[in-house]
Amino acid sequence: MSDEAELNLRELDDEELVKQIQDDLYDGLRDEVVEGVDILLERGWEPYRVLTEALVGGMAIVGVDFRDGILFVPEVLLAANSMKGGMAVLRPLLAETGAPTVGKLVIGTVKGDIHDIGKNLVSMMMEGAGFEVIDLGINCDADKYLKALDEHKPDFLGMSALLTTTMPYMKVVIDTLIEQGIRDDYVVLVGGAPLNEQFAKAVGADAYCRDASVAVDTAQAFMARKHNQRASA
Amino acid sequence: MPPEALTVIACGALAREITRLIAFSKLHWVTLACLPATLHNRPERIPEAVRGAIHRARERGASRIVVAYADCGTGGLLDQVLAEEGVVRLEGAHCYAAYAGQEAFAALAEAEPGTFYLTDFLARQFDTLVVEGLGLDRHPELRDAYFGNYTRLVLLAQSDDAALTAKAEAAARRLGLAFERVFTGMGELATFVQAAADGTIHGATDHSLLARHPGPGDRQGGPPDGQAPAPGALRAGDRPGSDAGEAHRDGSLSRAVAEI
Repeated sequence: MSDEAELNLRELDDEELVKQIQDDLYDGLRDEVVEGVDILLERGWEPYRVLTEALVGGMAIVGVDFRDGILFVPEVLLAANSMKGGMAVLRPLLAETGAPTVGKLVIGTVKGDIHDIGKNLVSMMMEGAGFEVIDLGINCDADKYLKALDEHKPDFLGMSALLTTTMPYMKVVIDTLIEQGIRDDYVVLVGGAPLNEQFAKAVGADAYCRDASVAVDTAQAFMARKHNQRASA
Repeated sequence: MPPEALTVIACGALAREITRLIAFSKLHWVTLACLPATLHNRPERIPEAVRGAIHRARERGASRIVVAYADCGTGGLLDQVLAEEGVVRLEGAHCYAAYAGQEAFAALAEAEPGTFYLTDFLARQFDTLVVEGLGLDRHPELRDAYFGNYTRLVLLAQSDDAALTAKAEAAARRLGLAFERVFTGMGELATFVQAAADGTIHGATDHSLLARHPGPGDRQGGPPDGQAPAPGALRAGDRPGSDAGEAHRDGSLSRAVAEI
C-alpha cells in the first residue's frame, strides 16, 4: 500500500518504532524488521533490549493470535522468518555484550520424525528469552540426546514429535535416562501437535508445552523454582 | 433375518472409497455419514466432531455405529471419546496405514522418515488441502519450510488411474520431491467395513499409544535409519494383497473393489 511504502522508520520515535517492528514482524516483513532492528541499535539500544522488547514482544503477539485461531501456520512461519532476520543481526552482538543466559536447553525432534517447524519456533523463542539452545535437529535417537546431555549439561531436555507413531519414542529416551540414573538431572519438556498433558505424564516428562510461548513460560517457571530452591538451601 | 442397520461415521477423505465398498458388496443396511475432509488439517477438532456425529446418528435411531477414522493426529484423544461412547474405529495412526497395511506402512516410514503420503483422495484434492491449506498458493516461498526435510512423495493408490498418478507426480515435482507409487487397493479399510457390516466388530477400540511403544531394549531392534526396509516391506509398484499372505489379510473384497 502506498501509505506503507512512504513510511520512513527513521522518522519514528523509539516507542513508535518498537511498535512498528512488532507490526512488521506480525506481517512477516523480514526486511523491514531487520531495518528497524538496525535503527534501534544505531540509536544506542542494547541488543538484549531490542531482542526482548521488539522481537520477542512481537512474536508473543503472534503466538497468542495463533492460539486464538486468528493467525494460521503460514503466517506464523512468515513471522518466524522475520524474527530470524532480526536475530541474525542481534546474535553476534548478544555474544559480544555478554547478554544474560537464563538457562540451557538441548532440543531435538525424536527418531523417525523429520518435522521441525514447531521445534524451530521453540528454539527461537527460547533463545529470544535468553536461553542457550543446542538444537540437535531432526530424527534424533536416544544416543544422540544422551551424548548432547553429557556434553552440554543443560537444564532442560526438549523433545518434539508431530506423528502419533513417533511420539512414543519420547518414553524410550526418558526410560534410558532412568536406566542410567540421570533422569533427575534434567527437566524434560515435550511438545508436538498430537501430544497432550496426559501423554506427557504417561511417558514421564516434567511438562507438556502446547506451543512455543508455553515452552518459554514453563522453562522460566522451572528456572525460578530452581533459583528459589538454591536460595533457600 | 436381515442384518442390523449400521452407521459408518467417516472422514470425508474416505467417502468415495467407502461408498464403493458398500455398493460393490451390496451392503444396503450400511449408512455412511461423513465429516468434512478439511478436518485432516485440524486434527485437534476431530474428536469432538466425531462425538457430535455419533450423537446425531443416535438421535436418528442408529444403534450400531463404527468410526472410519484412524488416530489421525489426535494423539489418542479420539480414542478417549470413542471409549466413552463405546464405538470402535479403524486401526492405526492414519488412513495411509490402513490402506497400505499397518506393517507395510511402518516399513515405508522406517525406510524413509521423510516421506509425504498421498492417497487417491489427497492426490485429487492436493491443490485445496495441501497447496491452499498450507498457504503455498499465497506464499510459495514457504515450500522448503514445510517440505525441506522430505525427500519423496509416495502415492498410496486405491485405484489404477493414470490421470491421478500424473497429478500426484506433478504434486511431487511442485514440492521438489522424488515420486513413487504404491498400489494398495482398499487395504484394511475394506476389511474393517466388511467386518463392521457383518457385525463381527464389538466394543470400544483399545488403541493405547503407550501400549505399542518399543521398550528401551527394543530401540536398536529395527533396521537402522536409511537402511533397506524390513523383509516383506512394500516396494514401489508392489501390490499389497497380491501375494498369498497379504491376500489373506486384506481379504478378497479389497482386491476386487480395487479393480472396479
